Amino acid sequence: MIKMKGVTKVYTMGEVTFSALKGIDLDIRTGEYVGIVGPSGSGKSTLMNIIGCLDIPTDGDFHLDGRPVGTLSSNDLADIRNKKIGFVFQAFNLLPYATAFENVEVPLLFAGMKGKQRRARVIEVLLRVGLADKIGNKPTEMSGGEMQRVAIARALANEPEIILADEPTGNLDSKSGAEIVRIFESLREAGKTILIITHDVNIAKGTERIIRLKDGLIESNGDML
Amino acid sequence: MIPLLSVKQFFNDLRRQKLRSLMTMFGIFWGACSIVLLFAFGKGITEAQLKSMRGMGENIAIFWPGITAKDFQGLPKGRRVRPTEEDIVLIKQKARSINRISPEYQRWSINFRYGKQSTIRQISGIWPEFGPMRNVTPRMGSRFINDKDITDRRRVIFIGNLLAEDLFGEVGPVGKEVLLNGTPFMVVGVMKTKKQDSSYSGRDSRKGFIPATTFQTMYSNRHLNCFVAQCKPTSSMEITRKEIYEILGAKYRFDPTDREALSVWDTTRSFAFLKNFFLAFNMFLVGIGVATLITGAIGVTNIMNVVLEERTKEIGIKMALGAHKSFILWQFVFETLLITGVGGALGFAFAWTIVALVPMFNLEEYIGVPSVDMWSGITVTIVLGIVGLGAGVFPARRAANLQPVQALKLF
Repeated sequence: MIKMKGVTKVYTMGEVTFSALKGIDLDIRTGEYVGIVGPSGSGKSTLMNIIGCLDIPTDGDFHLDGRPVGTLSSNDLADIRNKKIGFVFQAFNLLPYATAFENVEVPLLFAGMKGKQRRARVIEVLLRVGLADKIGNKPTEMSGGEMQRVAIARALANEPEIILADEPTGNLDSKSGAEIVRIFESLREAGKTILIITHDVNIAKGTERIIRLKDGLIESNGDML
Repeated sequence: MIPLLSVKQFFNDLRRQKLRSLMTMFGIFWGACSIVLLFAFGKGITEAQLKSMRGMGENIAIFWPGITAKDFQGLPKGRRVRPTEEDIVLIKQKARSINRISPEYQRWSINFRYGKQSTIRQISGIWPEFGPMRNVTPRMGSRFINDKDITDRRRVIFIGNLLAEDLFGEVGPVGKEVLLNGTPFMVVGVMKTKKQDSSYSGRDSRKGFIPATTFQTMYSNRHLNCFVAQCKPTSSMEITRKEIYEILGAKYRFDPTDREALSVWDTTRSFAFLKNFFLAFNMFLVGIGVATLITGAIGVTNIMNVVLEERTKEIGIKMALGAHKSFILWQFVFETLLITGVGGALGFAFAWTIVALVPMFNLEEYIGVPSVDMWSGITVTIVLGIVGLGAGVFPARRAANLQPVQALKLF
């Protein structure tokens, strides 16, 4: 599903350059549940952004589902983000003026799904994350756990094969965090490929494989906690 | 692609930033309002001036006797050319480009008397064609000099509206007898009020007009003071003038190219000049309006850049969820067009209201009747469209060209 060979990422700011990834080799199979851990600045988020097609590598090969990502147009990348990948961010990243329903509806609208089918799909995924009663609520009217569940529902809306989560419980209390962990476990059981950046031991324990990054390189691949 | 969500986001921003949104729209409102008002008032003033110019007549020229300035067929220059009424008959028969023509005999210091009222004014001896040619139109219930008056040499008179007021006050003049230096004339008509800002022997409103034949009988004038000719709408005064010079040149033996043989006031030239002047004047006014609108558009561009900064993360979220570049681009352009559209529509409506209220203030004499026409609507729509697109495209392109990771501020 995800194959990387010698992937590097160098950021240039004026005359200063910074190598966030220094040559990553990675192979993630369909249906794997992978945890990515490492200290701050180790390159976890950069790796996640590249896998999620939010950023492009400076060098190296990256194939997603057999397609060479480096050769794809911006519209192709947008379609991959829309249909193949679901993002869950630490800061939720919901549209503040939109209701839970509308937030979940956005990726379906970009996918061109028609009205009736789209509405049914939004309700289905909101039910799946236990938010049937919050459909009309805006983010300001929801708790952190509820917002993250809306974000997960949004990530699931187009039935993507891959879920990328960057510290999904980082901004939540332990009870809400536990609820999110349970949702991820159910997604794993449903056969999704899941990559989670986390410092949460409870999440990391549940993964099949841990990839540990340090200074832009993979320090270990496949360790268990 | 997502119009409802975009509209919702737009109105959400509008609500959050009421003052900023209002000020942005005001720039466009004011620009659109300026264009419409300048268009409307410019048109009103132009129409008033042209109407005033037409008051003396349309497509006409006045010809006075002159003195030749060229030797011709052995005859020396410096000879006087003094047309007579027979010459006018000859011109009417021969000149193909002529629509109407009339001789004009003039006499000043005529004592007009009606009862105890008297005034000193001018009279002109003319043909019936003179009326329609010079926009001397009779009021309802009255008439101008007619052919029968000419053939019968009747002592009838058509008087200007102000002369009628001076002599008759509130009394209806038609059918009344007025004395001209003691000779009785029956009033057959009174001129309908008209605007006239140019003349060659005083305003028509204070003159009396009698049949040319009656004038000749009374005063024994052989030579005309002048004659008035109107060219056909399909022809031009230059052709008419050439024909007249050729006809009279053949009779009086002067060079048809000798411009001094007759003095001419070609009003079509003044009319063309005035038309061009007001065209330039209106373009200048509209230019000012467009410049105001462009200033408003610069304001919109600035605000859209601020909006872009504020919304960068939202753009990133949409990109992460699969938005194509074109969606981001059109969302910004759509919002800019909405701001310019709403501001422009309000500006147009406000200007239209002002224009509709102007007639209540009786300023017609000074500014004419301003009016909003289809062209100002089309101009405002086109300019607003260009301005809206121009103001929106630059911030929109900046937004669409953001990398998702930059927009989400993830590094």
